[in-house]
Amino acid sequence: MPEQEVILHVEDLKMHFPIKRGVIQRTVGYVHAVDGVTFDVYKGETLGLVGESGCGKTTAGRTILQLYKPTAGKVVFEGKDLVQLKSEEMRQTRRKIQMIFQDPYASLNPRMTVEEIIGEPLLVHNIEHGKEIRDHVKDLLELVGLNPAYVDRYPHEFSGGQRQRIGVARSLALKPDLIVCDEPISALDVSIQAQVVNLLEDLQKELGLTYLFIAHDLSMVRHISNRVVVMYLGILVEMADRKTLYENPLHPYSIALLSAVPIPDPKIEEKRKRIILEGDVPSPINPPSGCRFRTRCPLAQSICAEQRPEWKEVEPGHYVACHFWNNTKSLQRR
Amino acid sequence: MAELYSVKDLETQFHTREGTVHAVNGVSFSLQEGETLGIVGESGCGKSVSMLSTLRLIPQPPGEIVSGEAIFQGRDLLKLSAEELRHVRGGQIGFVFQDPMTSFNPVQTIGKQLMEPLEIHLGMNKKQAWDRAIEMLRMVRIPNPEDRLKDYPHQFSGGMRQRAMIAMALACSPQVLIADEPTTSLDVTIQAQIMDLVTSLRKELGMAIIWITHDLGVVAGLAERVIVMYAGYIVEEARVKDLYAKPEHPYTLGLLRSLPRLDMDEKKRLASIEGVPPVLFKKPKFCPFASRCPYRIEKCLEENPSLMLVGENHKAACWVDTYTGKER
Repeated sequence: MPEQEVILHVEDLKMHFPIKRGVIQRTVGYVHAVDGVTFDVYKGETLGLVGESGCGKTTAGRTILQLYKPTAGKVVFEGKDLVQLKSEEMRQTRRKIQMIFQDPYASLNPRMTVEEIIGEPLLVHNIEHGKEIRDHVKDLLELVGLNPAYVDRYPHEFSGGQRQRIGVARSLALKPDLIVCDEPISALDVSIQAQVVNLLEDLQKELGLTYLFIAHDLSMVRHISNRVVVMYLGILVEMADRKTLYENPLHPYSIALLSAVPIPDPKIEEKRKRIILEGDVPSPINPPSGCRFRTRCPLAQSICAEQRPEWKEVEPGHYVACHFWNNTKSLQRR
Repeated sequence: MAELYSVKDLETQFHTREGTVHAVNGVSFSLQEGETLGIVGESGCGKSVSMLSTLRLIPQPPGEIVSGEAIFQGRDLLKLSAEELRHVRGGQIGFVFQDPMTSFNPVQTIGKQLMEPLEIHLGMNKKQAWDRAIEMLRMVRIPNPEDRLKDYPHQFSGGMRQRAMIAMALACSPQVLIADEPTTSLDVTIQAQIMDLVTSLRKELGMAIIWITHDLGVVAGLAERVIVMYAGYIVEEARVKDLYAKPEHPYTLGLLRSLPRLDMDEKKRLASIEGVPPVLFKKPKFCPFASRCPYRIEKCLEENPSLMLVGENHKAACWVDTYTGKER
């Protein structure tokens, strides 16, 4: 792999939400939503961040954008640590990092027209005015495959897929370098998902965008990503390039997760052996000691309860956090 | 195999302020004993409404079952009295709903809700029902069932709630279990648990299952036969292997091609289906898929095709043979 330029460097990022109780709102504990994650995003790539609900993937995305003030850690974007930036500097930097939200029904203000929605970032950042904005919005609509004549319509006049296109257009208004896509297709129907994913891929090629693609659909993440990172209960368990992660996963959780995804082919499904994980994801309020996954791991030993496994690079570009990463081959047989 | 349940010409409409929605437009199918039938389609295709209609579980009004019959054990469920129907629902036909969060009553314990059908349908007393409820929870692999019965729904996780829901649906040993998107709101590892559970329970109890889903992957692993719905019509019906090996309807073909697959490495562009499903304020006069269909011929805009036999046990509602491009 050629030397790649790091556009975003996340280091030991933590986001703990206080739990408050009682009349004086005393803090009685913390939700360890993101508990020390470290990774890089390269310029021009799509990094897929996968995990099940409650694993902290959305919180990680939002914390990177400083929508939450992180508890600890660094988020270095184009050489600047966003955590340390003053609010005005952060506001300026945010032009370069945008977000596409999960729910196209909730993320568009129903009382605003398409022009107001897509044009708002331009107005807020004082870039364009009046007629310029209107023309720019029309260009953006065309770019995302919508009819420019729709500028004066309201969100309710659009279907889910079209609304998501509006969300994409809004995120593109400020010509960002990095877009955090937070489950951008999970609220859409299957036949529409492909349309939006194709659009995102086309835009990436055309505009040289970098995506952090947060999702729970492992098949779609395989399709869209260059590299993939797997998250479980606030921490990263494995990261590798797409091919390696899907063909040679080393963490027991990644292996189980991949084996659980149904494949739309009855002949393959018939022969497949699933690793059925016992129980549910533990609470992030009191995460298990040592390895977070040990309570459901088929390979867990006593060391897993005692020591948190190190996040180490086991082959170039392939990171795993497991004491027994070298021993997980037995699980892999389908 | 004997026919257990058959639905004919079912038509359901919803009379809304904006107009009449033609949700189900003449659906006919049958279910054999012990068989697992998958019903797939995207939101709004009428897959849930058709199943809910057969048990008269849609609110009427605004819903209206315009025509059709649903024959179960020689009786038409659509004509039964409310009292008779009450014995069928939850008795001989169990139903698992999509959202385990909202389908339980939040202010009653799981135990109370599990015991209710047993007391109503099987006339058990409290003690018997309690013991049977424990047994049911154990059957769906919930640990410490004695204690868990005293819990309220919010104390269960999503996966456990869905297990409890399945336990409730199976409480009276139904002959048919209708599961409406039972794993859609669950994570994949939990979905795998539930699918595993249902597969083994089917072997143990020998009931027939109707599994409604939008996920072609889930159906591939579970069903023996599959029905594909679009715009309130059945557009294709086949044995599961035939459907995936040789889909005959352009919509099925399009759906399968638009899915990225976990086992496919090439990074090629997804073949999306352009456009969106029709809004069903009018009953379509011609093929409802025509506007999105790459195989469209003139006839498609003139007449709505009905299901025709295109292979052994394989039916599709399409004027065009998608493999030759010629009219059937």
